Amino acid sequence: MEGEVGDFHVTLTRKPRYVLENKCTGCTTCVEYCPAKYPDQYNQDISKNKAVHIYFAQAIPLITYIDESCLYLKENKCRICEAVCKNNAIDLKQTAEKREIQVGAILLSAGLEPFDPKVKKEYHYEEFANVVTSMDYERLLSSTGPYQGEILRASDQKHPRKIAWIQCIGSRRVTPGENSYCSAVCCTYAQKQAIVTKDHDAAAECVIFHNDVRSYGKDFERYFERTEKLPGVRFIRSYASIVREDTETKNVTVRYSTNEDGVKEEEFDMVVLSVGLNPPVDMKSIADKFGIELNPHQFCRVDAVNPMATSRPGIFVSGGFQGPLDIPESVFSASGAGSQIGELLDYRRGNLAKERIYPPERDVSQEEPRIGVFVCHCGANIGRIVNVPETVEYCKTLPNVVYAQEQLFSCATNSAKGITDVTKEKGLNRVIVAACSPRTLEPLFRDTLREAGINQYYFEMANIREHNSWVHSKEKDEATQKAKDIIRMSVARAGRLEPLREFDLPVNKAALVIGGGIAGMNCALSIANQEHEVHLVEKNAELGGMARKIHSTLDGLDVQEYLRDLIAKVYRHPLIHVYHGATITGATGYVGNFETSVKYENGYAKIKHGAAVLAIGADLHRPVEYLYGEDERVLTHLELEERIAQGDERVINAKSLVMIQCVGCRNEERNYCSRLCCSESVKNALKLKEINPQMDIYVLFRDMRTYGFNEDYYREASNKDIKFIRYEPQDKPHVAPGQSEDGRSVLKVTAADYILGKKLELDADIIALAAAVVPATATKEMAGLFKVTLNPDGFFKEAHVKLRPVEFATEGVYVCGLAHYPKFIQETINQAYGAAGRTLTLLSHDIVVASGSVCTVNEDKCVSCGACITVCNYGAIEFVETPRGRKARVNPVLCKGDGVCNTVCATSAIVLKHFTDEELLSAIDAAFPKEEVVQRMDVAVGDV
Amino acid sequence: MRLIRVMCSGRVDLAHVFRAFSKGVDGVFIGACHLNECNYITHGNYHALTMVNLAKKLLEHIGLKPERLTIEFMSGSEANLFVEGVNGFVKKVKALGPIGQAEGLDEKELQFKLEAVTRLIPYIRLVERERLRLPAMPEEEYSKFFASDELKRLFDETIADKLAVSQIVSLLREGPLPTAEMAKRLGLTPSEVSRHLSVSSRQGLVRYDETRKCFALA
Repeated sequence: MEGEVGDFHVTLTRKPRYVLENKCTGCTTCVEYCPAKYPDQYNQDISKNKAVHIYFAQAIPLITYIDESCLYLKENKCRICEAVCKNNAIDLKQTAEKREIQVGAILLSAGLEPFDPKVKKEYHYEEFANVVTSMDYERLLSSTGPYQGEILRASDQKHPRKIAWIQCIGSRRVTPGENSYCSAVCCTYAQKQAIVTKDHDAAAECVIFHNDVRSYGKDFERYFERTEKLPGVRFIRSYASIVREDTETKNVTVRYSTNEDGVKEEEFDMVVLSVGLNPPVDMKSIADKFGIELNPHQFCRVDAVNPMATSRPGIFVSGGFQGPLDIPESVFSASGAGSQIGELLDYRRGNLAKERIYPPERDVSQEEPRIGVFVCHCGANIGRIVNVPETVEYCKTLPNVVYAQEQLFSCATNSAKGITDVTKEKGLNRVIVAACSPRTLEPLFRDTLREAGINQYYFEMANIREHNSWVHSKEKDEATQKAKDIIRMSVARAGRLEPLREFDLPVNKAALVIGGGIAGMNCALSIANQEHEVHLVEKNAELGGMARKIHSTLDGLDVQEYLRDLIAKVYRHPLIHVYHGATITGATGYVGNFETSVKYENGYAKIKHGAAVLAIGADLHRPVEYLYGEDERVLTHLELEERIAQGDERVINAKSLVMIQCVGCRNEERNYCSRLCCSESVKNALKLKEINPQMDIYVLFRDMRTYGFNEDYYREASNKDIKFIRYEPQDKPHVAPGQSEDGRSVLKVTAADYILGKKLELDADIIALAAAVVPATATKEMAGLFKVTLNPDGFFKEAHVKLRPVEFATEGVYVCGLAHYPKFIQETINQAYGAAGRTLTLLSHDIVVASGSVCTVNEDKCVSCGACITVCNYGAIEFVETPRGRKARVNPVLCKGDGVCNTVCATSAIVLKHFTDEELLSAIDAAFPKEEVVQRMDVAVGDV
Repeated sequence: MRLIRVMCSGRVDLAHVFRAFSKGVDGVFIGACHLNECNYITHGNYHALTMVNLAKKLLEHIGLKPERLTIEFMSGSEANLFVEGVNGFVKKVKALGPIGQAEGLDEKELQFKLEAVTRLIPYIRLVERERLRLPAMPEEEYSKFFASDELKRLFDETIADKLAVSQIVSLLREGPLPTAEMAKRLGLTPSEVSRHLSVSSRQGLVRYDETRKCFALA
């Protein structure tokens, strides 16, 4: 790679696939005939795969490639795949290709590498047959895994009944070859694996050996509780070592110790090593090639206030290469880095896009249905089970079918073109392709209709592969009959189909960002830097939010200085309009076209905007225990930070200071972890030790959740003699005023010490409570205004925890920052840019397209009972006054096309287009024409 | 098994289920997402669950085996659940035998009863909305509610009575009938039939034909 930001030259080497991407249809016939078996890398080498194969079931593109175990590539023989491929997609002559590309920015998403336990002999990996890594186990659990979802032991192919997980393999250890940091994801994945194991085998015994359960993510505390409550699941807090393998049974013995019983040994059928996350294997060469720096843990060195920026301008990083992180954070950073690249390259946006032009649509609504049926062989996938020629002949006998033909691969480019040509030539006005699932190829075939000038909703797909040839491979005659039945149903339905309009809505190019904290400001800046107007609404008189109370981070960032700088950037930006002292009084509209009313210090404003970002932050819980509010020596952790920053004598000169963690959360009322507090307390403790090394500091905790790189600071704190003492929720510390031995007036803190097994009494001059982060009071109201939902803890609920973590199910509304869930400044910045990235995806378009398959009301039938309005969770239906009275009307932009309203309408006035009762009932009627079917069915189904 | 695609299990309607049965289908299987795991905010599977419970009550009421209808919850990646669910269901339905025949109903009776329910669907939708709409809760709670005495009372008061009247009207469409004959044909006691007839005549649906000494359509 050469060049600089805005103008990089990158040379890529592309390994040969030996399969032509434009010809392979992914039918996998070649895989079946390939004689070369080798260990399947995707399945952790546990099972075998073929030299030609699809990497995994969700691979993109979903086509085969040939790897180095190929007999032809090794020994110049075989070439069976070439012979069996009916589409001539195999090209064994391919060689590596060099390609030069010119780009303005680069995003490094090099990912992570699971820790390799072979580096330590004591883990006995690959030595004891039944010791597996969590990655191996993950594959064993999967239905696409080596044993199709059966958990089998390597030694005897039997189901393990008693399984141990050993946590922190390769993590939180300072021994050579291992990592000092916490890998952040293993506690929760081990819980998932235990739950799935119990799903497989309800009687299985699962034991998780851990050193703190770090369930710090959104909804993770409940997940932990769910796992812990399963019968036969035990969490044991202990280091554990693998001591021996039984020579006969190949069972594995684990040694561990508990406070109650001391050192113990226990035998397991299988042991899972919960391996941590390493940086990518080739990180050094990545760093060299791209001229970026690595951090001491060999991950990418990132900017303290911009975790997506590397040390080199124009080169960004997202995902695991930032450091160990979970899927949602990985997705934030991906969208976020996208937004930052957008800021750089916005001036060129859209230059490479080409618009498709379709011929004008022919109005066929008055014509009799003229249906064409294309029956696909899918190579051998359908063709060798279903008698395709016979099926085609049958199709020709069906009502309204004027044309039928077979195709080898309907999805191949020439076949798709063929469908367009035949449609035009034969004057077809409905097209059925009998092939595979509509999930992948319906868009392609709809396109062939558009190319032929026919409305795309006149397309119908009959699935005779997944629903038929793949499940009935042993019953060829019956499968042929079933293919005919499925097509007959489609024909019946196709005759009823109606042309539908997808309509274009203009997009207002402005964004509204609610909340002027770190999240809202970063988001607003990134949007505005891409030439969009932003209205930034802040409830207080000043920008800054919760960060105003934070002075430094564990990494030593001066938060106030950063904040001043950020605020200045916001005020200076010509496209950002800030509204201070603001409240939202109303919000209407929908994606691309919102109108929000704001009352602010200078009056009222009605803001028109295309997108909204809810970045309203969170509040701090006001503790009701441990004498908070009664004794001035009891502070919250944020108050302590404030006092340290101010140099409060009473605090910095304290002889003894006690911190109590988990105040107001991880309990029944707030069943979640506030994520930040362990690190906040460690930060304060380190700061105090630095100022006053003589101070005795005690941290009373339940689990120390200093995940990721923060683990190093936790270790540093322990090394500096800060005492960490664990307590159990049913035996909380007790605080009462008292006197120390030397006659000082102190607060007496009593707690059980589980390691020493006795009651401890600590004298505290100051107590700091790690108070919970709670949803902002306005959260509920905002949810109502913008029609978004909340999770059980009252934080905003994103559209999908992992796949869409900065969006709401309501289109055009996004979320970032603490309003989503407690998170650190760096994580907040990742998510703020992420929300900006998603916002830009919407705002950079001039129009949004609304589906044609939405509901509509037949006003003649509507009796304005409102049943449909009550069940629509999207608020898509409203009453309107018409000359004939009040009627329900659907806003097609808000309608998601689920059709629940159809089933509650007593007069059947509301209709979901493309899934109307008529269309569905015609398919039901055609499914089993009584006279011929009933007897045949019993023969066909056989005994299952 | 033949599949009908809908975009949400909440789209599946009583009308679809009863139409399938009237076409001679022996079992109806509804595949839905796991409860509380809606990818949107629709949660249509709860509507489907209510519909299934209600449909089972109706099937039972007209003398058909409620096991002919099932709803199974699964995600797109859980092929194993689908396979188990389908195989188990097909086995069960095969054991039940052909619809109607297995329940001792001849084709005419079967169609007569299914038609009576189908005609009543708009009314059932109103009842469902007013009296049977449940908050989101675990599946077992639904089953418990639908097996409760409270539900039985509600069902008898609202749907069962209307269903009886609907069937009486259908019978009378063929010609006037004496009460005893109607009771026999509908599997009701003569006093129940009289009660329905007196209500129906007040509503102007039926009348007593003095000359023939039996009831006829008004």
